[in-house]
Amino acid sequence: MTDARWSGSAPVRRWSWTDPALRSAVIQITLAIALIWMAWSFFANAQENLARQGIASGFGFMENSAGFGITQTLIPYSESMSYGRVFLVGLLNTLLVAFLGIILATIIGFLMGVARLSNNVVIRALASAYVEVTRNLPPLFQILFWYLAVLSTMPNPRQSWAFGIKPFLDSLASGASAIGLTPLGAWLKGMADAAAAPGVFVSNRGLVVPRPIFEPDANIIFGILVASVIVAFFVARWARKRREATGQQFPTFWAGLAIIVLPALAAGLVLGAPVTIENPELRGFNFVGGIRVIPEFVSLLVALSIYTAGFIAEIVRAGILAVSKGQTEAAHSLGLRSGPTLRLIIIPQAMRVIVPPLTSQYLNLTKNSTLGVAVGYPDLVAVFAGTTLNQTGQAIEIIALTMAVYLTISIVTSTLMGWYNKRVALVER
Amino acid sequence: MSRTLKRILLAAGMFAIGASAAGAATLDDVKARGALNCGVSQGLPGFSNPDDKGNWTGLDVDYCRAIAAAIFNDPTKVKFTPLSAKDRFTALQSGAVDVLSRNTTWTMSRDTTLGLNFSGVTYYDGQGFMVRKSLNLKSVNELNGASICVQSGTTNELNVGDYFRANNLKYELIAFATSDETVKAYDSGRCDALTSDQSQLYALRLKLTNVADHMVLPNVISKEPLGPAVRQGDDQWFDLTKWVYFAMLNAEELGINSKNIDQMAASNSPEIKRLLGSDGKFGESIGVSNDWVVRIVKHVGNYGEMFEKNVGTSSPLGIARGLNNLWNKGGVQYGMPVR
Ligand SMILES: N[C@@H](CCC(=O)N[C@@H](CS)C(=O)NCC(=O)O)C(=O)O
Repeated sequence: MTDARWSGSAPVRRWSWTDPALRSAVIQITLAIALIWMAWSFFANAQENLARQGIASGFGFMENSAGFGITQTLIPYSESMSYGRVFLVGLLNTLLVAFLGIILATIIGFLMGVARLSNNVVIRALASAYVEVTRNLPPLFQILFWYLAVLSTMPNPRQSWAFGIKPFLDSLASGASAIGLTPLGAWLKGMADAAAAPGVFVSNRGLVVPRPIFEPDANIIFGILVASVIVAFFVARWARKRREATGQQFPTFWAGLAIIVLPALAAGLVLGAPVTIENPELRGFNFVGGIRVIPEFVSLLVALSIYTAGFIAEIVRAGILAVSKGQTEAAHSLGLRSGPTLRLIIIPQAMRVIVPPLTSQYLNLTKNSTLGVAVGYPDLVAVFAGTTLNQTGQAIEIIALTMAVYLTISIVTSTLMGWYNKRVALVER
Repeated sequence: MSRTLKRILLAAGMFAIGASAAGAATLDDVKARGALNCGVSQGLPGFSNPDDKGNWTGLDVDYCRAIAAAIFNDPTKVKFTPLSAKDRFTALQSGAVDVLSRNTTWTMSRDTTLGLNFSGVTYYDGQGFMVRKSLNLKSVNELNGASICVQSGTTNELNVGDYFRANNLKYELIAFATSDETVKAYDSGRCDALTSDQSQLYALRLKLTNVADHMVLPNVISKEPLGPAVRQGDDQWFDLTKWVYFAMLNAEELGINSKNIDQMAASNSPEIKRLLGSDGKFGESIGVSNDWVVRIVKHVGNYGEMFEKNVGTSSPLGIARGLNNLWNKGGVQYGMPVR
């Protein structure tokens, strides 16, 4: 302890209210005790009153069987499963729509934001109109619009619009043969003939597409695919490093595509294409087989993406405008064209301004996904904070758990975005 | 957002139960407030539905008016709160309404774990299915693979699961939060069938674009005894709500109705005298004036009148008395004796 030699001359500490450190410690401890006491008495009081009113409490209900059906389940589910399972099903449905919504909204938002600054008057006007309309209509209204005014006007399953994948596969096959990949062409031709019946249906029950059924050998192909993605990633990194060091260009995109696609394709041909296609089929009231995307999901996803994209467009526009005009001029005078200028010079700098407000749009989209109850989308709020709450009556437990989930999703989103923000932040050199 | 908000507010209300002395005398609160808070549906013709002037009408509504008549001698002293199937129990538990009169099925779990008491069965019902006539269906069992619209938070949502599973039928259940959304989805063709208690199907059918294109299948897949519920732990209030209902049944059984009530009040029959309060102190025993039944029948009518006016064969719903006839006329409605 080298400090020992100072102790002699250290001023004697006195317990005094004028000592700010001591004062704040006392206040903080008192506050913490008061809060804990309040929370505890709140809990005990509620517990006691619930018991007196004969209302069940505790989390035991999570194991009881739910008894109701759910339209869209990403994991196997049946009525005889528990409320705990319902919670998971609802959570996954919420995450699905939030995740895809965030991706779609970001893509549309960036396109629209850039379009608003376009030199082309028509594009600029269209983008402005998009932003004005989507931002100013309430999201619930937009969801109902897509559900009731658009998707429900689709024909019924018997008269659904059918699209074959045969023409598509046929053209792929002739394309492959034309560039000399004869075995691939032949294989695609075979697939096309197998899929002679139409496989894609659009009706007021949603979109049905063929389901690929993988045989065990397909796992080898998946393994190769994963490995190729990793290789492609390292190649891209190497290419970037080399470019930064030497300025030499490398066709990263095409090379990456080749690295990812070709080995898997070759393996597929060697293994004799271990995949069959299950075509959906109209039987009775509805389609059997295939993969079905329900209109409740589509209307919620489309409405949320379009609505949030309106806000993101404005954020992107503001971000781009925040980058000084001198940057563009400098890039142009170096001979860079508009596309690369935007992509390589402007957007990376604009990201610093864009990311923080973008985060809050992502959070908004996630929270707005609870509006799906209006169209019967089985998200967490609908099946858990709704039906489960109603059946069990355990409002306190269920609302607390639901709040915790949304809080966690928000914190995780903000943390990820915070991490990303640090990466794009201006590095002062 | 407002829906979520409402649910959170209701949940906050639940917490508030923690603070307030729960189980207090509801009748005193109602009298002090000068009005009864009655939870009803968000619009179900025949049961609880606002008319074109915004007045609530229907069987479930009239029951609340009967309570108000007994307490205040004024059937208008009721504040109606429309509740979705999902929110109704929380609203009752938290004290937002004094009585829940919203085509609610009396089930054991609701009675025991939700802290409720059911005061009676104002309408014996069962679950049915409505489909398009063009489908040419004769029975529910032909609905294999169908999409079915239902309101979430109802017994109906559960019964479908039970029935279809038990009969090895496949189905897709789409649950909506409100009855409007449910009906719209069915009407737009999203679902092949709409399921609910049969009486409600007749009511909801009236809301469809082309009423004549739809029919109710004959099958009944469950028992749905619908009745008013109150909070557990307030026996006086429970008694009052129970006996208002029995009084209306007894009035019908004894031939007392809103037209002859004044003559009947002078009757010599001991049963009628007890019911109408000229003999005994039955009203006082539930905390209201002794002429409580006179007030109820005068303002609202007896059970049969209430039934006929709102859902009976002369109403737009046109439902026959059936099970809801008095016990001595082939039904199961049975008022406990006043004595
Ligand atoms: N009896 C059922 C309730 C049935 C029910 O709520 N049915 C819907 C039919 S879609 C209804 O009446 N809704 C009226 C409304 O929400 O206003 C139960 O107690 O769970």
